[in-house]
Amino acid sequence: MSLDFKFAPDDFGGFFRDETFRDTFTYRNSDPRRFPFPFDRDDYMYSVNMEPHVPGRKGTAFEHMLDVDEHYIAEMIDRAKVLAEDPLRCQSLPHMTLAGWDVLELIMEAKARDYPQWFSLTKDGNRWHWVNRPLGIEQSFTFLDESTLPYPPFEYIMRQTQGDWTLQDERDGTLWMDAGIATSQADWSVDFDVGMNFHEWHAPVPLAHEKGVFDRALKFLLKLQHGAPVRRFNWTMTVNPLLDTAPETYPKWGPMRTTLTQENMGQKMHLRVELQSLYRLPRSNAIAFDIRCYLCSFEQIVEVPKWARRLHRVIRDLPVELATYKGFIRNRDAMVEWLSKYDDGAPTSPGWFPDD
Amino acid sequence: MKVELTPVNAPSMRSRPVYAPLEPRPGKLHVIVADDEGANAVTDMLDKSNNRSEILADAHVMYCPGPTGTDLSTKLEVLGAAQFFRAPTIPALLPRLVRVLADAHMGTQFYLAGTEGLIGQAEREIMATGFPHASIQKEHRGSTLRRVQCVHCKGITENVATDPFKCSHCGLNLFVRDHYSRRIAAFQGVNIDAEDPGQVPESVVRFK
Repeated sequence: MSLDFKFAPDDFGGFFRDETFRDTFTYRNSDPRRFPFPFDRDDYMYSVNMEPHVPGRKGTAFEHMLDVDEHYIAEMIDRAKVLAEDPLRCQSLPHMTLAGWDVLELIMEAKARDYPQWFSLTKDGNRWHWVNRPLGIEQSFTFLDESTLPYPPFEYIMRQTQGDWTLQDERDGTLWMDAGIATSQADWSVDFDVGMNFHEWHAPVPLAHEKGVFDRALKFLLKLQHGAPVRRFNWTMTVNPLLDTAPETYPKWGPMRTTLTQENMGQKMHLRVELQSLYRLPRSNAIAFDIRCYLCSFEQIVEVPKWARRLHRVIRDLPVELATYKGFIRNRDAMVEWLSKYDDGAPTSPGWFPDD
Repeated sequence: MKVELTPVNAPSMRSRPVYAPLEPRPGKLHVIVADDEGANAVTDMLDKSNNRSEILADAHVMYCPGPTGTDLSTKLEVLGAAQFFRAPTIPALLPRLVRVLADAHMGTQFYLAGTEGLIGQAEREIMATGFPHASIQKEHRGSTLRRVQCVHCKGITENVATDPFKCSHCGLNLFVRDHYSRRIAAFQGVNIDAEDPGQVPESVVRFK
């Protein structure tokens, strides 16, 4: 694998978009209705909000266990660039290799099952053959034998998988984030946080500790069973469709937050949704945590009238601590002003999905 | 971005280690690592014990002066421990600790006392050898100067007193985030004027 993906959109009926998450920022959603809009009501506060991660409505991000969408190839190119610039974004402590194999198996099996036109996995005992057509990868290897892959198992599969992932080891009654990759994160550092336990890595989050959110979430997760994954949402805001908003590079992307006007708000401001899913792994008993990032510009969100009304109300009424932590306090008033034009005050229906 | 600095007396953050007074415990070997006013925590611990001479007979004491110059080494030297070592600084102390750990068996008790920088770095070496959490006691005494990692360049600045401060490696203006990594044994420093270059709030002495 290298940075030089042979990108040929026509090979797959033009399904995969040729687009960028940096410099020219050509990222766009062909159909905003596919976006996993995270608000099921007109206000927002932290909660554990877990639900079973089961296949959902066709044509949405929930159709399959792992969503491979039109941004797949472009995201993998962006990830390869980030890792080339900063290899510390992918780390795995020595005892996490088995968990790395577990997650490689989980992902290869899911993709081969749900997207047979793009991925295939054939097994002859521990001799496995993996084909990833969109990225032009074909690999024979021996499962559980690190010497047969060009990267350690965790990094190997992560270079072919959308979303940031962490692997949690379970010991002493808590979870330890002992491996992780982050190239599309909302301002947290893998390098700083790797090796921390559940309460330690959540330490900077305001309000939630006092509400007992993390104590409840940990209790819930320790009971997570193999074969019964769960999911939840998180969200924030990003100026420009920038996947990589790492603290490491904050001096580079932070200034973009000062470029907003009422004229460019719709195009530049993006709702950033994390569809988080958690899987118990069979051999290591570790927990894999997928933080999948979806971006949608304000101008595309307001194409859905229910979402336009709701987003205005959520942003307007959000506690100031949360707007500060999520990093958009300086732009909140301008965002509310822009969104208010798309909110006629009509009631909204419960749930996430568009009305039509 | 408007950054709210945490008051010095704010409740501790969840990622910060929990410190408590050292207690004498039964053990085959007592590894005592201290700097700064941590020497007083060690003598207080020994004063509480009813088998002081047994502990000292199996004790290896390592000490270095604190970042503001406090040197209580004679106080520990006169205790009569099986082994006593005075290092000039923390980096000069750690290689000896690593050597001692190579021979330490289960049943060893660890007592760390003094600055957070000393405690964090010693704990990191001990944990790397696989000793359980429960065998390590930590008591914070003396200087509150912080060891801070710049999240941007990854360089560590020792003995940070003010917030914000200038990274000693890349020169960015950093605020000290109340987020602590045991693996790095440091707090996190984040650029304060990324969104408004040059608009750096006046430095306040938060750590002494």
